[in-house]
Amino acid sequence: MSFVKRYLIPRLIQYILVTFLGLTAVFLFPRFLPVSPIEQQLAQYQTFGVYVSPEQQEEMIQTLKQLYGLEGTLWEQFVVFWKRLFKGDFGPSLSRYPTPVTKVIGMSLPWTIGLLSVTTILSWIIAVLAGGIVGYYRKRWMEAFDIFVMIIRPIPYYVMALILLILLAYVFPIFPLSGGVGIARGLTFSWQTILSILKHAILPAFTLLIVGISWQFQSMKLIVQSVRTEDHVWYSRTAGVDDRKVVFNHVIRNAMLPMITQLGLQFGSIFSGTLITEMVFAYPGVGWILYDAVMKADYNLIMGIMCISVIAVTTSIFLLDLIYPFLDPRVRYR
Amino acid sequence: MGKIKAIFYDLFKDYRFIIAFIVVLLLTFLAILSIFSPYHPQRMYQVTRGLSPSLQHPLGTNWLGQDVFWQLTFAIKNSLIIAIVAAFFSRIIAVVVGIVSGYKGGTTDRVLTTIGDTTMVLPFLIILIIISMILKDWTKHLSNLGLLLAFFSWAWDARVIRSQVLSLREREFILVSVLSGMSTFKIVRKQLLPHVLPIVFTTFINNMSWAIGMEITLAYLGLGIDPTVPTIGTMLQTAIYRQALFLGLWWWLATPIVTAILLFVALYWLSVSISEYLDPRARFQRIGLRK
Repeated sequence: MSFVKRYLIPRLIQYILVTFLGLTAVFLFPRFLPVSPIEQQLAQYQTFGVYVSPEQQEEMIQTLKQLYGLEGTLWEQFVVFWKRLFKGDFGPSLSRYPTPVTKVIGMSLPWTIGLLSVTTILSWIIAVLAGGIVGYYRKRWMEAFDIFVMIIRPIPYYVMALILLILLAYVFPIFPLSGGVGIARGLTFSWQTILSILKHAILPAFTLLIVGISWQFQSMKLIVQSVRTEDHVWYSRTAGVDDRKVVFNHVIRNAMLPMITQLGLQFGSIFSGTLITEMVFAYPGVGWILYDAVMKADYNLIMGIMCISVIAVTTSIFLLDLIYPFLDPRVRYR
Repeated sequence: MGKIKAIFYDLFKDYRFIIAFIVVLLLTFLAILSIFSPYHPQRMYQVTRGLSPSLQHPLGTNWLGQDVFWQLTFAIKNSLIIAIVAAFFSRIIAVVVGIVSGYKGGTTDRVLTTIGDTTMVLPFLIILIIISMILKDWTKHLSNLGLLLAFFSWAWDARVIRSQVLSLREREFILVSVLSGMSTFKIVRKQLLPHVLPIVFTTFINNMSWAIGMEITLAYLGLGIDPTVPTIGTMLQTAIYRQALFLGLWWWLATPIVTAILLFVALYWLSVSISEYLDPRARFQRIGLRK
């Protein structure tokens, strides 16, 4: 019971508070910008040279205000914003007009989640194991890893994505250039469809993996280097415990804990990483939708994606906080 | 002067620093070379288009009739301007916020820390996209984009500086200077700032590479800098947008990509080797005590 009180409840409160603040910021900040989206839209019509009478213009402003949820005072807008949010309603998408934003996002979200969950977890596991082993043994030939990571790490996701795209889809056309599934292939549940989906996902996944691994490999190696000099590791080695056992049970297990916290932060940065990667590969996930929304100035859709990404990041950090005590007994029994 | 010489002597023991230093010097040289460009950076059809690399055009020409080499010199210069403006202003914000919240403590500290934490949780990339979408005319200019980026990258470093100031505050030499009647401003300037400066320096380099990356991201989306002004991002975007690969003009696309990689790796290696130099424990691990 004291665990719930001392660990769970403060974290739950913090989670709710941060999500609330984040969403409030998402609500507030476009309203503090010096240019309003409505004026911009009207200006766009005017550049087309369409004559609009003053009454019509007034009507247009009213309709646009309704569409953007910009009616009434700031406080009223805020209440409406939350009411809509709880109903899961972000209004209609402006570029695909009558389709609601939630439906557009709902269609693309499985692609992103599928790509993201596999690459995040896989890269974390590989990085922890490789970083642990390389950091512990420090053999000469392992320095090749170091140099590799030193070169890969500073390269951002999208540049890496471009390099892979050019090398593996254009110069050596092994993988498809873009998309999430072959052209004119419906999403039926068949062996070929799954194969096609996998084939399209390999390049984006590989980009995320390679960059994600090199990021986490380095911090894991640093942590392991300090853990391996600790007394308990030294004792078990002098006591003749098998080296492999020392690495996995004593070194990696201890060094893993800070890495779990990093996984939460990593999730946030990978989330923005996938956005760009998806844009490069035209992968039909949230990132591609966002790119499309930016190009077509679909304000409602952008707001919807922003809210969802705030919720996704805070929720993933919260969930990791919940799992943490199962992995670290010191937190559980305090 | 002797001190600087000694620092460089130590740094040059690290092969990463040597390579990075040479690359950065080379790129800076290219950026300076842009002054002597025979072509105007934004004008099109000045040379025959689609020429492959030759002696006259070292990196070939693109489909818009521009010399890729001279475009590159302008691109590096402009990207570095954005990066330096962004890094400089975000460092100022980070130092002021970090020192004030660390040294003052109390409510000021809590308010500033909360603001910083909130900016870290927000999906800054999407926000950046929207701001540069709405303020398109404003972010078109190099220094304005740098300023905008500066506002998104101070939070983490302010936090690091704050934690360092928190521990410095408890040290005796600060107490001595308070008791000897030094003014707060003078304490900050004379006692705290020298200790904080090393972090500021290494994060400056990291921040520069971040800003260059963000500029490329925005340019890739067709936002940010005016697309006719060459930066590494806009060069890349134009080459992709004009289908450089399908036209067979690989040098057009490869130039900005290779430059970007060189720049990112060089800046990263600089910052790693300098921060290892500043942290004696890491230096020992590297130089001595190796089994």
